[in-house]
Amino acid sequence: MSLPREGEVRIPSGCAVSGMFSKSGKRMNGEQIIRSIEVMHDRSNGLGGGFAAYGIYPEYKEYYAFHIFYDDISTKQECERFLEHHFDIINLSKIPTRKMPQITDVPLIWRYFVTPLPTKLAESQLDEREFVAKCVFHINTRIKGSYVFSSGKNMGVFKAVGFPEDVGRFYRLDEYAGYCFTAHGRYPTNTPGWWGGAHPFALLDYTVVHNGEISSYDANRRAIEMYGYKCTLQTDTEVIAYIIDYLHRKQGLNWQEICSVIAAPFWQTIEGMPEQERKKHEYLRNVFASQLITGPFSILVGFEGGMMALNDRLKLRSMVVGEKDDMFYVASEESAIRVIQPELDKVWSPKGGECVLVTLEGGKA
Amino acid sequence: MIFSAKELGYEKLNEAVRNTAGEIEINDCFGERFVGCGAADKTITVNGTPGNAMGAYLNGATMIVNGNAQDAVGDTMNAGRIVIHGNAGDALGYAMRGGEIYVKGSAGYRAGIHMKEYMEKRPLIVIGGSTGSFLGEYLAGGMMIVLGLNTEEVPVGNFTGTGMHGGQIWIRSSSKPEKLPAQVCVEQADPQEILPYLANYAKLFGVSMETILDKPFYRLSPNAKNPYKRLYTVN
Repeated sequence: MSLPREGEVRIPSGCAVSGMFSKSGKRMNGEQIIRSIEVMHDRSNGLGGGFAAYGIYPEYKEYYAFHIFYDDISTKQECERFLEHHFDIINLSKIPTRKMPQITDVPLIWRYFVTPLPTKLAESQLDEREFVAKCVFHINTRIKGSYVFSSGKNMGVFKAVGFPEDVGRFYRLDEYAGYCFTAHGRYPTNTPGWWGGAHPFALLDYTVVHNGEISSYDANRRAIEMYGYKCTLQTDTEVIAYIIDYLHRKQGLNWQEICSVIAAPFWQTIEGMPEQERKKHEYLRNVFASQLITGPFSILVGFEGGMMALNDRLKLRSMVVGEKDDMFYVASEESAIRVIQPELDKVWSPKGGECVLVTLEGGKA
Repeated sequence: MIFSAKELGYEKLNEAVRNTAGEIEINDCFGERFVGCGAADKTITVNGTPGNAMGAYLNGATMIVNGNAQDAVGDTMNAGRIVIHGNAGDALGYAMRGGEIYVKGSAGYRAGIHMKEYMEKRPLIVIGGSTGSFLGEYLAGGMMIVLGLNTEEVPVGNFTGTGMHGGQIWIRSSSKPEKLPAQVCVEQADPQEILPYLANYAKLFGVSMETILDKPFYRLSPNAKNPYKRLYTVN
């Protein structure tokens, strides 16, 4: 099957996101999230699909799981030399895939469970997570043909060029079990669809799937690159992932505050708030002005032990939440939830800029 | 005629609906788009969750949804009636120019955006619950009624009537809607003139008229003396 080129057909679509989360930490296989994102097939155009799965590597949960795309053997050797220099590699293997006619131009896809070498870590004088993030950026910007697309603990990103349901089956997601899955069907608007450019975008355990097209991309990019991040893909979602990492890991903001920064209320709305709330919002808008994201977006952020959903403040993209017993679902369309859970206790649409947060009962997995 | 949406997929489903006259029932609906698009003289009952742009360009048909509808219901609808026994998503009645939509529950953002009227064509949207922000944005004609039956608050979000320059928005609420744009007039009004539409809602969804009439109604209309100068909000 060959994909039609741009301009040959008009495909009425826009990206799709879906996420499911078990608050009790019950581990589910990836079959349901594939069925959910599959319902929204027509929102993507076959140029990218991907998943983030949390709680899938309990036997290696102390180690960072690197998922890496390689263009060829020589870049793999170069990257592995770098990894051996900086990390203790506990285990390495090809990521199991299923041969499918829908998924072509497959790179080498490898997985490494690693922990920083104590001497290297001490020498760097960085905390462990910063050390790991710096190594990921080093590989992605300095080692041509190698790309780390997942680097958290007890979680993993699986992405490719293709429709999301095919991508999920390609990666045999039914063979993994996790307490949280997010998914994305891509309809790229600005960049050619390359494997690395598919969603989710990830750094450490933070992952972002995004439907929309932010208009503040370049302002956000220039600001975040001042703090040592390197945007390599010219894709707006990449910058959102780094903003999340910066605000949560480096600045220590909580998720509510992060939402108030990236989807800040209008000054006009802030003026009408009670004093304490008004002061807080004024502070956040002033201090983190460069992290305000404008233009249409609905995002799902995954992190260790939780999931956060957010719409832009004008709510230019759709998003629906469904709840049933300990399950929490978020998707671009209600149908994507109903198809895996027809009976819901509660179904609602978050407001623009409203922080929707779900975490594991009793904290981290 | 009964169709299974999930089995057919949206293209085949819509073709089948186009080629069928009279009563149509659609089951197992999971987001199939454009259901009833342009339909003129039939009755379509949807059981499930119809996809975006349900009833787009509807031209006289009656559509009944047993469930929640998604975004852009009745996009550019011309005539007919849509009844939703649940909630509607964003951009309900987008650029609608005729016909009527009754929603038992709530609607999302931008309900009635750029609805318009011409001569005898006067679109109507009645929403039983509440709505998101930007209700009646750029409203150019027709009537919207929001009943707020599910809330004690004012049942609309921020920026209601932004860019409004025609039509009317009626809001049932214990307190007067505040923070409206300067080009919108708001006054408490006697619901006498909208009684037929309220009665339709009451009958369709089994709600008593006493309940509907137990709170004051406010009417929003464009202020001809103070036309809007700024299209959007200061951000």
